Amino acid sequence: MCAVKQPTTRTAPAYTEFHPRWYRPQVSVYWWLFQRQYLKFILRELSSVFVAAFVVITLLQLNALRNGPEAYARFQQWLQTPAAIALNVVSFCFVVFHAITWFNLAPSAMAVRLRGKPLPDFMVAAPNYAVWLVVSGAVAWLVLR
Amino acid sequence: MADKIILEVARYSPERDAKPSFQSYEVPVYKEWVVLDALNYIKDQVDGSLTYRWSCRMGICGSCGMMVNGEPKLTCATFLSSYAHNGSKVRVEPLRYFPVVRDLVTELSDFLVKLTKVKPWLIRHDEPPLTQGEFLQTPDQLDRYKQFSMCINCTLCYAACPVVGLDPVFVGPAAIALAQRYNMDSRDQGTEERTAVLAHPEGIWGCTFVGECTRVCPKHVDPAGAIQQYKLKAALDWVKSFVMPGEHKSKDVRSEAAND
Repeated sequence: MCAVKQPTTRTAPAYTEFHPRWYRPQVSVYWWLFQRQYLKFILRELSSVFVAAFVVITLLQLNALRNGPEAYARFQQWLQTPAAIALNVVSFCFVVFHAITWFNLAPSAMAVRLRGKPLPDFMVAAPNYAVWLVVSGAVAWLVLR
Repeated sequence: MADKIILEVARYSPERDAKPSFQSYEVPVYKEWVVLDALNYIKDQVDGSLTYRWSCRMGICGSCGMMVNGEPKLTCATFLSSYAHNGSKVRVEPLRYFPVVRDLVTELSDFLVKLTKVKPWLIRHDEPPLTQGEFLQTPDQLDRYKQFSMCINCTLCYAACPVVGLDPVFVGPAAIALAQRYNMDSRDQGTEERTAVLAHPEGIWGCTFVGECTRVCPKHVDPAGAIQQYKLKAALDWVKSFVMPGEHKSKDVRSEAAND
């Protein structure tokens, strides 16, 4: 019978039950910062905050409208402050980024088939852009006419 | 194109090291050489202790996946010449987010357990007699799942997915794509059994749609697409369970699985 030789030197492997100990890499908190695709993903996720900001501003605007002409004038004055303009410009950029990145991902999420054949990606993404343009055009017409 | 290039290779020996370090090797560059050829050159000519996995050398076995300059790549399909500019270096590391056994060899048990959990095989509830012949499939039916069946389990998608790194219980892209491969197969009857594992926070709902799994996949499987399509199906199933409670069986399967 042969005895199992125990590791005796300092350089002996640290064993788990069956195996030398593995090296387990830690994920850095800044994992998203050093790769373009990851950064783009985080910005896409962050864009939701600005989509929400737009919704909140619109709700506040409706509330001001309900509270009468003076309240609405005050709200409009606030909208003209540099901080509000900056917030709106940044929000607009993020909302556009949000829409474009999600429309571009739509073909991946929807496997649309026509007569047994998958539709090309642009055929799935294009209707999203078309509806976006039509709705934006209608809103612009309502506001600017 | 430079004649020689420096390969910075991650080295880790569980006997000696607390964490990996890099060792540089100068290797010749030939037009037809891939990164794996350079590693084989080092192993044969310079340092026989270098440890890594490889087998087929033609993008079929999925063994030689490594991080090449921070990107998950099959080293048998990554040409050295595309990195060989003057003074450039190529950094080769083990696939990200996996435990490292030695040098460039990663531990895959966790992936294999997850893969088995999604039951990537044909499940039949009825077994027609052999005299009925084989299950026939139209080209359209084949086309529905063929893309997902191209997966070679190389695990590059796991190394590309930050969710895998941040949430170790996430089933992961390749396993879900393979589950979807069988869900979409007209011969399979196991969709509801797989739902117990897939329609779960550790399954499809863990995915945040980074999309990197699809970008790095050497076989164009599109795991991100498979996951999003399954999310859509699971959401519709959920709605259906309210509209037509009697018709929906996934819930029953899930509770059976929970009781097991």
